[in-house]
Amino acid sequence: MSGWEMIDVSVNTKPTGTVESLLVSEPEGGLIGAIKATLVRDMTLLLRRRGEMLNPLVFFALVITLFPIGISPEAETLAAIAPGLLWVAALLAALLSLDSLFRGDHDDGALEQLLLSPHPLPLLALTKVAVHWLMTGLPLALMAPLLGVMLALPSGSYVVLAVSLALGSAILSLVGAIGAALTVGLARGGVLVSLLVLPLYIPVLIFGAGAVQAAVSGANVAAHLAILGALLAVALGLAPFAIAASLRISLNG
Amino acid sequence: MWAFIHKLGSPKWFYAISARLLPWLWVAAVALIVTGSIWGLLYAPADYQQGNSFRIIYVHVPAAFLAQSVFVSMAAAGLVFMVWKIKVADMAAAMMAPLGACMTFVALFSGAVWGVPTWGTWWQWDARLTSMLILFFLYIGVIALRGAFTSRDAGARAASVLALVGVINIPIIKYSVDWWYTLHQTASFTFTSRPAMPAQMYVPLLLMVLGFYCFFIALTLTRTRTEILRREGSKRWVRQLVEGRL
Repeated sequence: MSGWEMIDVSVNTKPTGTVESLLVSEPEGGLIGAIKATLVRDMTLLLRRRGEMLNPLVFFALVITLFPIGISPEAETLAAIAPGLLWVAALLAALLSLDSLFRGDHDDGALEQLLLSPHPLPLLALTKVAVHWLMTGLPLALMAPLLGVMLALPSGSYVVLAVSLALGSAILSLVGAIGAALTVGLARGGVLVSLLVLPLYIPVLIFGAGAVQAAVSGANVAAHLAILGALLAVALGLAPFAIAASLRISLNG
Repeated sequence: MWAFIHKLGSPKWFYAISARLLPWLWVAAVALIVTGSIWGLLYAPADYQQGNSFRIIYVHVPAAFLAQSVFVSMAAAGLVFMVWKIKVADMAAAMMAPLGACMTFVALFSGAVWGVPTWGTWWQWDARLTSMLILFFLYIGVIALRGAFTSRDAGARAASVLALVGVINIPIIKYSVDWWYTLHQTASFTFTSRPAMPAQMYVPLLLMVLGFYCFFIALTLTRTRTEILRREGSKRWVRQLVEGRL
């Protein structure tokens, strides 16, 4: 019996043999297994290349250092603009980290394997974005209060700063991943990514910096954080499909 | 009806059908814009607050309308291209992008010029000006992304995805900028206190808006026809057409 006949049979009957199950049924572990494998692989890769992980954080700290030098070291001046400065600098750091999201996998062919897998690409892409956020967005959010102290950010707004950045950077990662996926096949995608992605970042910046500003002035921050949460929900629902479609275009085109 | 739409998808049919529509569209566009301009610029009464400077509205508002509509139609054409793989839709989307960017620039520039007599400044971080500026960057992004790909098909699909992502984001950007502006608003000038326009003012405006839309459709069709000839240059009907003319 040739292999082709075996496939024909197995379409109608439940696969029992090892060859048939390899050909038609889900690979071992199923979808959960694939997501777990992607998660572990990406985490391991990033933990082995700590420099790449630290770059956005160092960039964030450096940019924040530039502002007192360029504007004024006076605490009152800095405190007034600190929410916006911290948010803009964190946003740029997140933008800087986008290039590493798919570039390495594209260069070594791992991205093609991801596309060939029988599991839904949007979910696998979402897993990759989740790891990216865990390794860049979340550290940025945790580091921001420290830089807030250096910019004389009024006390009482540190928690809001960290929470708004944690929520916001997840949206930045999701939306940014669309831009990164669209440009991953291009030789010089760096500047193009910022052109594609920065206009889409503006709502996040408005509500993120708005939350911190509201906390500084003693206003209610819940509205801003709620809208950030809503934006995150929309991005979580739609962005994975756009990322998957973009990856397919970049690799097949 | 469906057969007609399917025929439109074929470049040859699109070329033939658009040839019949185009003269009407161009005549309508020129007639409406000329009538609207002369009426609006010469005969409409001057605004009692802004004097004659309000006449910039006859360029500014139609351009701003088109700036947004062109993006939506570009995204719709992108969706048609992505779903049904209709090449003509992508050609139209590619031809619309520069026009939309131009209209956004015209709206921004006329807004800045208008700002001098009314606000006393070239640029005000007004909510509408700001979201228009962001729209301009979105257009540039779509054009740049298409140009960055060496494969035309990949560039077309990438531009379609970006246009669709952009069209979902435009309302979000619009409302967040409005929110941001109300938080930061300085009590300098409000548009809302302006009285409703008399018919002598808004009829020419309506003509101008209609004229701009006709112009947009006519120009897109004309440019798409040129693009069809360029991309389908190896097809027999295109060769026969060109040789027949030469």
